[in-house]
Amino acid sequence: MDIIKEHKLSIDIPLKLKSGKTLNSYDLVYETYGQLNDNKDNAVLICHALSGNHHVAGYHEGDNKPGWWDNMIGSGKPINTNKLFVVCVNNIGGCHGSTGPASINIETGTNYGFDFPVVTVQDWVNSQKVLMDNLGINKWQFVVGGSLGGMQAFQWTLDYPDYIDNAIIIAAAPKLTAQNIAFNEVARQAIMNDPDWCGGNYLKEDKIPKRGLALARMLGHITYLSDKSMAEKFGRDLKQEKIGFNFDVEFQIESYLRYQGEKFVNSFDANTYLLMTKALDYYDPVSDSEFIDKISSTMTKFLLISFTSDWRFPPSRSEEIVKTLISYNKSVSYACVKSDGGHDAFLMKNDNYFDVMRNFIENN
Amino acid sequence: MARKDFKVISEWVKQDSRILDLGCGDGSLLKLLSKERNGNGYGVDTSIDKIIKSLDNNINVINADINNKLDYFSDDSFDYVILAQSLQVVNNPVDLIKEMLRIGNEVIISFPNMGYWKSRFYLFLKGRMPVTSELPYSWHSTPNIHLCTIKDFKQMCHTNNFTIVDEVISSGKGSTVSPSLSNLLGESAIFKVR
Repeated sequence: MDIIKEHKLSIDIPLKLKSGKTLNSYDLVYETYGQLNDNKDNAVLICHALSGNHHVAGYHEGDNKPGWWDNMIGSGKPINTNKLFVVCVNNIGGCHGSTGPASINIETGTNYGFDFPVVTVQDWVNSQKVLMDNLGINKWQFVVGGSLGGMQAFQWTLDYPDYIDNAIIIAAAPKLTAQNIAFNEVARQAIMNDPDWCGGNYLKEDKIPKRGLALARMLGHITYLSDKSMAEKFGRDLKQEKIGFNFDVEFQIESYLRYQGEKFVNSFDANTYLLMTKALDYYDPVSDSEFIDKISSTMTKFLLISFTSDWRFPPSRSEEIVKTLISYNKSVSYACVKSDGGHDAFLMKNDNYFDVMRNFIENN
Repeated sequence: MARKDFKVISEWVKQDSRILDLGCGDGSLLKLLSKERNGNGYGVDTSIDKIIKSLDNNINVINADINNKLDYFSDDSFDYVILAQSLQVVNNPVDLIKEMLRIGNEVIISFPNMGYWKSRFYLFLKGRMPVTSELPYSWHSTPNIHLCTIKDFKQMCHTNNFTIVDEVISSGKGSTVSPSLSNLLGESAIFKVR
């Protein structure tokens, strides 16, 4: 297995954000897999979701776990790096190398903390376009993303229709429902009510709002799984032989959630979590006054995929996008894949899902 | 040419048409119509296996159940809505045809004729439910829940004010059958309805 190295692009052309604020300079950390061909037309952009990052496939030096979508991307896999040149970038506002709340603001000399501007899906797409230009890529053959990543793929077709041939939008939604926003708000409140959050400037105070971030992750994790997959994996299994009539960790699911929460706080920044959930909440491209013009002009070919047990972004949400695309006579295909994996099914190996991906990619 | 009805359908479909193919299977009809008629549109199928095959044929395909309301598609948004060899598997053929007429200017329906002499003889002589090359299933495992004869189909169209504008009835060998004997000699039927 090839060892993957990350790259950093430092940009000093200001990025105007949807909020009206500007990032005067910023870093983008990214990885690439496969080779860009001479025509520079075999490139694939992978857009990551809420807790994702640029390390999408392969291994870093010394790692025993590969990138987060290694089952999908690689030699001979559905996104086949023998033919395709794959790019994945850590989005701005992130916490894995690209400029975000934990980065040093060179204008003040301290980290941004809570002063980091709110970023949107549109802002990410604009910054991804900057990377694209820097890499000398003329056109994405595919832009691919699951969940929040799928929203970025959709936005590419609206904002840069001439720079994208195909969009693959997986387990996504055209906008969040009140229920989706409610879950995000509870997660934010968990973080912001942690005394160690310190008004968002915890790094300056040398603190980390671990309890709040872990709680946010635990809540999120429940919404990524299905009732059935939780029942199958944990059921009502106990850690000890019998119940103890106390409030220790007793059920396996409690232990699992706590583990997920604790693991997450060591690799993720609380302010980034706040920003990512806001980007989700704000996303609503159809409400854009230019939406009809934009959707009418795009020649992109679309593939949408949903999963039967996904209740965070259920099939009906993907179907809303499909219906909109059909109403504008767009070239679109849609597959609803049977899976017990819940929202996280988009990250899991599944024969039907992978065949759908493979056949669409190989024919386009 | 994979299927007899495809040839007729391709002859009927005008150049550059917008086509919706319900129960599209592996997408080979839309692929053919794209090649021969520069047609474009969507296939619809409920089976994920068929979706995967259709994607391999590089057609636009939507994973949906044609027994449900087809609200993906707006009124009069297609030149043709096609139901090829799937009429007999749907829950409510009349409702579906009404839905097809809402979406398309013209509706094309092909189906196996249960009035075909071989089917009649099978039941008459063997005393068993017909199993033929067009209908290869045993009665207990068949997906075909609404089989009909050509006469039945015409009666249903008449009752529901569906106007038949064209029809081609072919024998087992693929030759066209004269109208007067079609219900006996026709193995498969293709109708164009408005």
